[in-house]
Amino acid sequence: MAENNKILKINNIEVRYHEVILVLKGVSIEVPEGGIVALLGANGAGKSTTLKAVSGLLGHEDGDITDGSIEFLGEKIHRLPAEQISKRGIFQIIEGRRVFDHLTVEENLLVGAHLRPSGLKERLETVYHYFPRLRERRTVMAGFVSGGEQQMCVIGRAMMALPKLMLLDEPSMGLAPLLIKEIFEIIQRLNREERIPILLVEQNVKLALTVAPHAYVMENGRIVMDDTSEKLKENPDIRDFYLGLTDVGGRKSFREVKHYKRRKRWLA
Amino acid sequence: MDLFLQLFITGIMLGSIFALVALGWVLIYKCSGVLNLAMGELTLIGGYVCLWLYQSLVKTMPLMTAFLLAIVGTLIIGLILGLLTERIFLRKMIGEPILAVIMVTVGLSFFFKGMVFIIWDTDTQVFLPRVFPIEPVVVGGVAIGQVYIWSFVAAMLLMVIFVCFFKYTRWGLSMQACADDEMAALSLGVSAKFVYALAWAIAFMAAGVGGTLLGNINGLNYSVSLLGLLVLPVVVFGGLNSVPGAIVGGITIGLLQNFAGGYLDGYFPGGIKEIAPFIFMVVFLLFKPYGLWGWERIERV
Repeated sequence: MAENNKILKINNIEVRYHEVILVLKGVSIEVPEGGIVALLGANGAGKSTTLKAVSGLLGHEDGDITDGSIEFLGEKIHRLPAEQISKRGIFQIIEGRRVFDHLTVEENLLVGAHLRPSGLKERLETVYHYFPRLRERRTVMAGFVSGGEQQMCVIGRAMMALPKLMLLDEPSMGLAPLLIKEIFEIIQRLNREERIPILLVEQNVKLALTVAPHAYVMENGRIVMDDTSEKLKENPDIRDFYLGLTDVGGRKSFREVKHYKRRKRWLA
Repeated sequence: MDLFLQLFITGIMLGSIFALVALGWVLIYKCSGVLNLAMGELTLIGGYVCLWLYQSLVKTMPLMTAFLLAIVGTLIIGLILGLLTERIFLRKMIGEPILAVIMVTVGLSFFFKGMVFIIWDTDTQVFLPRVFPIEPVVVGGVAIGQVYIWSFVAAMLLMVIFVCFFKYTRWGLSMQACADDEMAALSLGVSAKFVYALAWAIAFMAAGVGGTLLGNINGLNYSVSLLGLLVLPVVVFGGLNSVPGAIVGGITIGLLQNFAGGYLDGYFPGGIKEIAPFIFMVVFLLFKPYGLWGWERIERV
């Protein structure tokens, strides 16, 4: 792929929490224009932290980018506060379906349009076009709709912001398989029809590799693999660790045990 | 029966002022989780600022114009003071333990009170010339002071404006969103800092008008700031983060206080009017700790 059509470039970033705990140890990721890129890995690998580094939400959790840079549309954004990054069109959908419980579904969507308060009617229609279920539930308090509808609500909410890049954190978390399939189809359509580039963090590797043409694999704060989904699906390690396609009881992780122990002691 | 009606109507009208101040309180709590113990001093400041503006303006223009301008001026100064207070004293406390922030508001309350006494002295001051005629309006055999009627109208008007602001404006919705889930609101570009500043500004404005109205009824002195304590039973009753709760709570406490004063004061040597709301609060908490419409956490099972 040509160099110039990457809209997001994460260059070798290092992230620390509370100025001590090193979570990302040099992560580089690129997202092409109009593409979907998946970021895979086990719990605690640093996937969500990577997303928060891009969206600027790290600051909210006392995290800081101590090295490297993040470029969005050619502009360095890693020193900007979260609001400024949102203004440039990057919106993160935080994991765990964080709807505003005490607002109705429609009000939730309207808050999504906070930074772009014009043409709300049409945009609501677009969201309801992709998520017809939200239209039925639009006057219900978001805290009381089902988990799947909440996930749709938060994705719709981010759509209302007319994102130039969507950071999607584990949309499948805690949902029924059929529902996950439905949501992933909608995500693909959003990418195709609305041309929204998506950086997708996902535990469901099989599904993620079918949706995203390109994927990165993270372990222990580092990118350990980076290839097209076709190749990754054939990779014996991926088949072993993530797709569960080999003998049970084999190696389960790249993580070096020694390093892990050392880190534990440092934390204690 | 006349006494009852009299107490009932003035109770509602007095209560509407409590409701207005409680609204400001609820707002800060809703947005930032801070129990603002300086609310009474905000009312005090508002009252004195309005009095000062009124007395300087009234020399040059008609009574009502001067008063309305003074209220507008109070709102503007309230807005500025609110933004400043948030910026200077509370911005740095974002992310600190909530108890520490509450202690800051206690400190603020003493600071504000001190400032008011330094600037305006501790004597009772009244709005002179009187803004509202002293003759009461007689409705169905019940005499109601005009000042009560206008206070009621003003408080209701302001409350309608605030409620519409929350329901129908962009920043109103975003403020509620921020109260619900700060991180998620932040991810959508809602600036939490601005939301807090706005909450303090609105609280200052509501309290300022409340203080002005009370000052018109009883005169302005230290005791106006006791309203800051009275706000607590109001919001406990209505639910700490419910706007309609603050309104209903305010009116209920107003009624309660008036009835206690009218019917029970004779039986207690020190009078019971002042403490009735607090007795009510303690008993009420036993049965409904979240208040009438407070947010219980929505737990999904």
